[in-house]
Order: sequence, then C-alpha cells, then structure tokens
Amino acid sequence: MWIDLTLLGLLLALALGITFSRDTLTGSLLLGAYSLILAMLWVDLNAADVALTEAAIGAGVATPLMLLAISRSTRAELGEVLMTVQRYRRFPPFLVLGLVAGALVYASLDMPPLGNPNNPANQHVAPYYVQNAYHETGSENIVTAILVCYRGFDTLGEVLVVMTAGVAMMLILRRS
Amino acid sequence: MLVFILGLYMTIVKGNLIKKVIGLNLAQTGVYTFFILTAKVNESTAPVYIGDEVRYANPLPQVLILTAIVVGISLTAFALGLVIRIYQAYGTIEESELSRLVQANREAQPSTLTPSSSGGEG
Repeated sequence: MWIDLTLLGLLLALALGITFSRDTLTGSLLLGAYSLILAMLWVDLNAADVALTEAAIGAGVATPLMLLAISRSTRAELGEVLMTVQRYRRFPPFLVLGLVAGALVYASLDMPPLGNPNNPANQHVAPYYVQNAYHETGSENIVTAILVCYRGFDTLGEVLVVMTAGVAMMLILRRS
Repeated sequence: MLVFILGLYMTIVKGNLIKKVIGLNLAQTGVYTFFILTAKVNESTAPVYIGDEVRYANPLPQVLILTAIVVGISLTAFALGLVIRIYQAYGTIEESELSRLVQANREAQPSTLTPSSSGGEG
C-alpha cells in the first residue's frame, strides 16, 4: 500500500511536470521517467509482462523517437505571447474537460470494489484462461499463452498496425 | 487509492489538450493503468503458472494492454512523423501546431492560408 501511494504520488508529480513544462525536450524526458515509474507501479499490481513492455517501449522507444522528432524539427518553446493569445480560446476546452472528468467520477461511483475476484471483469473467460492455459498450451506465462495462442489474431492485427505505421512513416518522410 | 487514480486521470486528460503527442501518451497511460487496476485481484500473484491452488491476477486485461501499448507506440511514431513533415513544410512548429493548423484551415479561406501566416498569430 505504501509503495503504491508513493509511486502514485511520483506519477502525479511527473504528470503535472509534463503538463506544465514549456519545453518539449523537458516534457519528453519527463515522459520517459514517467514510463519507468509507471512500470514499477504495474509490477506492484501483478502485471509484470505489461510492466516490462512499458519499460522497454514507453521509456526505451518512445523517448528516442521524441528526441529524434525534436532534433529533426525544432526545440519549440511556448512563448509568453502565444500563451496570452491562447488564453482567450481556453474556455471551451476546459468545459469539455470538466464534463469528461465529471462523467469519469460519476462512472467510477458504480465501480465494483477493487481487487474482488468476483468482479465482472474477472469472471467471463479469464478463469478459463487461468485454469487451462498451462495445460493446453504448455506456456508457464499465462499472458504469453493468451497473447500468442488464444488471441493470436489480435496479435496479428497488432503487427499489421505496426507495419502500417512503418509504411506510412516511410511514405511521409521520403520526400524530405 | 481509487481517488488517487481519479486525480491522476484528470491530470492526464488535461495534459491531453495542452500538448498533443505527449498528452496523448499520458492519456493512454491513464487508460492502461485503469485496465491494470481492473485486472488486480486481492492476494494474487502475477499470472505465471506455478500451480493450480494459487490465485492469479486476471491475465486478460493485461494481454489487451500489452497489445494497446504496441499500437500506441505506432500511433506515437506516426504522429511524430507527421510533426516532422509539418515542420519541413511550414518551417515552424509549436506544441499546438497541429490543432491550430486545422483551425486555421477551417477559419480562413484556403487562398489566404500561407505557410508564414500560420505560425505567428500574436
């Protein structure tokens, strides 16, 4: 519990820092740190595979990509003039944000208690996976078994998305 | 703890509109964390098989999030590629350049939209 609260406080501070940092370089570097802290939190929430992926991709791939984009374009900083110009347009976004936040809070009131094994999210096919994954697929890691065996088409679609992004990047940046 | 998550969530959603790509990443991580939290089961271990009598965390949301992370990084890479391309075309890039370009396109006539006028509105 203490670890969770500490990590959540760190995450909150980092998210605030990212949100209010003017420099894109600072923001992207803080995002890398945020990803690492997030991975630690997920390890504590028993999601080791997801934490590994986040640490590798969120901190290891996204940050260099951001740095590459910054070096290829410009290290933009929001000037004071721009901030005052934008302030006149800020009301509609804040209205939308308030509505979304209110809806999220309202929806969270109906949420089942956290961590209960009888929650709807833990009921449908998840017990089947947990009970049969090792015996049917031979993989000790249940997450891997589901990813590759039971939901292989999901993973195929994921690879397709990655390939599409790569091809689109090549087409966009080729004329440079 | 749920309250903490909600505060985090709101901060994240707020960051989404101020900075586009970084905010998008933050918003994604908020959704990821929500899914991981629904996957949590009290007094359980990570879903790696060590016997039938142990209680495991729900592996299904974790798999979905695993896929979502990879899709999200593709999205980030593509968005950053678009940002680089916009910089090459217009020579200027601000954090809100993407949305302001769309807005300028919508407000101004297409003939009056020149590359140099899109950067400095102040």
